[in-house]
Amino acid sequence: MEWCAPPARLWGMGGAPEARTTPSRENEMSEKSYRDAIRDAMMEEMDRDANVLIMGEDIGVYEGTFRITAGMLKKYGPKRVLDTPIAEAGMVGTAVGMAMLGLRPIVEMMTMNFAIVAADQILNHAAKVRYFSGGQVDVPMVVRGPQGAGVQLSAQHSQSFESFYAHFPGIHVVAPATPADAKGLLKTAIRGNDPVIFLESAALYGMKGEVPDDPNFTVPFGQSRVAREGKDVTIVSFSRMLQLSLAVAAKLASDEGIECEVIDLRTLRPLDMDPVYASVTKTHRAVVVQEQWKPFGVAAEIAANITETVFDELDAPVARVTGEDVPMPYARNLELLATPHEPEIERAVRKVLYKT
Amino acid sequence: MAKAKKESDSAVLDAACAPEWTEILKQMIFIRRFEEATEREFRKGKIGGYLHVYIGQEAVASGIVGALQKGDAVFCGYRDHAQALSLGSDPNRVMAELFGKGTGVSKGKGGSMHLFDVEHGLYGGYGIVGGHLTLAAGAAYAKRYQGSDSVVVCYFGDGAMNIGSFHEAMNMAGLWGHQGMCPIVFVIENNGYAMGTSVERHSALTDLAARVRAYDIAGEKVDGQDIFAVRGVADRVVRQVRETGKPYCIEAVTYRFSGHGAADILQPYRTKEEVEQHRHRDPINILRKRLGEVCGLTDDDVKAMDEWAIERAANAVKFAEESSQPAPDELFADVVAEHGPRPVSEDERE
Ligand SMILES: Cc1ncc(C[n+]2csc(CCOP(=O)(O)OP(=O)(O)O)c2C)c(N)n1
Repeated sequence: MEWCAPPARLWGMGGAPEARTTPSRENEMSEKSYRDAIRDAMMEEMDRDANVLIMGEDIGVYEGTFRITAGMLKKYGPKRVLDTPIAEAGMVGTAVGMAMLGLRPIVEMMTMNFAIVAADQILNHAAKVRYFSGGQVDVPMVVRGPQGAGVQLSAQHSQSFESFYAHFPGIHVVAPATPADAKGLLKTAIRGNDPVIFLESAALYGMKGEVPDDPNFTVPFGQSRVAREGKDVTIVSFSRMLQLSLAVAAKLASDEGIECEVIDLRTLRPLDMDPVYASVTKTHRAVVVQEQWKPFGVAAEIAANITETVFDELDAPVARVTGEDVPMPYARNLELLATPHEPEIERAVRKVLYKT
Repeated sequence: MAKAKKESDSAVLDAACAPEWTEILKQMIFIRRFEEATEREFRKGKIGGYLHVYIGQEAVASGIVGALQKGDAVFCGYRDHAQALSLGSDPNRVMAELFGKGTGVSKGKGGSMHLFDVEHGLYGGYGIVGGHLTLAAGAAYAKRYQGSDSVVVCYFGDGAMNIGSFHEAMNMAGLWGHQGMCPIVFVIENNGYAMGTSVERHSALTDLAARVRAYDIAGEKVDGQDIFAVRGVADRVVRQVRETGKPYCIEAVTYRFSGHGAADILQPYRTKEEVEQHRHRDPINILRKRLGEVCGLTDDDVKAMDEWAIERAANAVKFAEESSQPAPDELFADVVAEHGPRPVSEDERE
């Protein structure tokens, strides 16, 4: 069968070649989808470092249920692109072991909902090994996959996990909102020395954007970004909700002259609050937008940080826009009620401006 | 009820039990037509989310259910439409669930993957592979604890045997079985593939029935396309499990004719020829042929059944279409119990 050939080139342990020298493409950009940006990041890193490999369910022969891994088995062979049984705990646990010995595994979760099955391996093992070994071992691995509400995927397949993972020290938690960030952050994740939970928005896979061609382009963790400047209200968000926030900001600016400053957190752990504080110092009003449930969420963390640090700057309580506090219903009308949309963001902006 | 022959595994078909088997054929044809309707409605956008149909596997559910009685409980994965229909759920309400309507069996809150109809014994379709196996083992314990002679049936795919909860459920069931406290029939619906991964590529040991023996659970294979074979084994096994309270595992070797789910169109993991070859062993045709041979069922008889099935499925679609969406305040209902603590009755006291 096609997927068996060509055989993977086998690198000896520690015998990985150094980064390829590539013609300088420093300033060139290409339009790419979020999906292709993720694949490019993985393939560039697999080209760069033979210690990088990927495993997951139906990622090889089937080329991925979301086609993120299309073409990878063919290019890298079954030693570096491993089709696994349905065994999330097994996948993550073996990846931890591989990582402890120096490989750099990427584990693809068909969706992040299934990673809960591997929660013990991620939270009790991957996140702890460096610490309780007194720093003797690195655990360079990435657990990545799509998350968030789709269309009628119901309660077990629509969840978002940023606050779940970000609660735990010992791992990084990344949630890109654009194709360029998806690529740059994933490359940082693969090159890093710690476990990374890389949360992709399934709904953004088809989204296109400009992505740097430079194979050494990376986006560092812990650098929030001002995605749109404004002076009236600060909107803080990440992942798909960042895109909705930008749409609301554009609409409010053109319709009513309300200028929102939109901040993309990019990584939730490490969390970079400085641009948020700077922005709130300018606007004195903040709205935090997330898809996940409200209790104990990222928005709560951001709001608490704002009150702890720049409380005196606030002219209104921080507003939170979140999903409704219920398991995701299947019926489309209920699902639409359960997830946040532009009107809710708009309403929150008006609320902090005391405009109703 | 068709009796299993003591000496042979296969259920008997003779003139006396022909009417029952004719009913079973009608049910299988209906399940096929119902599933075809769901695929059509999915393509029209009337059904959302994920849709996994049972086409090709009908003899498994219909064969097992025939051996059950009232009070028995069934747990299964997301490929659950046939489980509900064979247990006697109202097809209108099953279709309405797939349409996300308030009249659905789960009030439109679960959808295709989460059919529940406790009144008919269905304790759910679940979407996380293997997650329900432990639930089913616990349910079996509860049945015995409550002094009932009911059994639990737990269906799952070949792919589910590779996840931790499978092993945990099997070991606990095996242990509890030593005390006669786990009346459960595990049914492996081995359709050859876990999505795009064949059994040979996902299971170190491909004799799946043998894998449960590691947990002191007896297991056996049965031809899942031949409903007489399935029913014969099911009658014997269910009776035995009911008597002993010990778990048992049936590996029904079957094949799915459709894609894994409605989105699995290209199917790069198998050839068209392979699918064609398996279509020669269509479970409906196997039963139909036997009924023709033994009790003279004619093509006209089958045609009449098929027409009825098509119309019944169309009626279910119509019912679903005409039903209303769940009321908006349903969003917040059923998250946690709204009723107070349950009083303990006299006979429940220690
Ligand atoms: C824990 C978990 N991992 C992955 C998935 C995605 N998934 C859904 S069905 C499926 C294949 C299951 O195959 P099998 O158990 O053989 O059942 P079949 O679909 O063939 O009936 C996969 C991988 C999931 N639902 N749950």
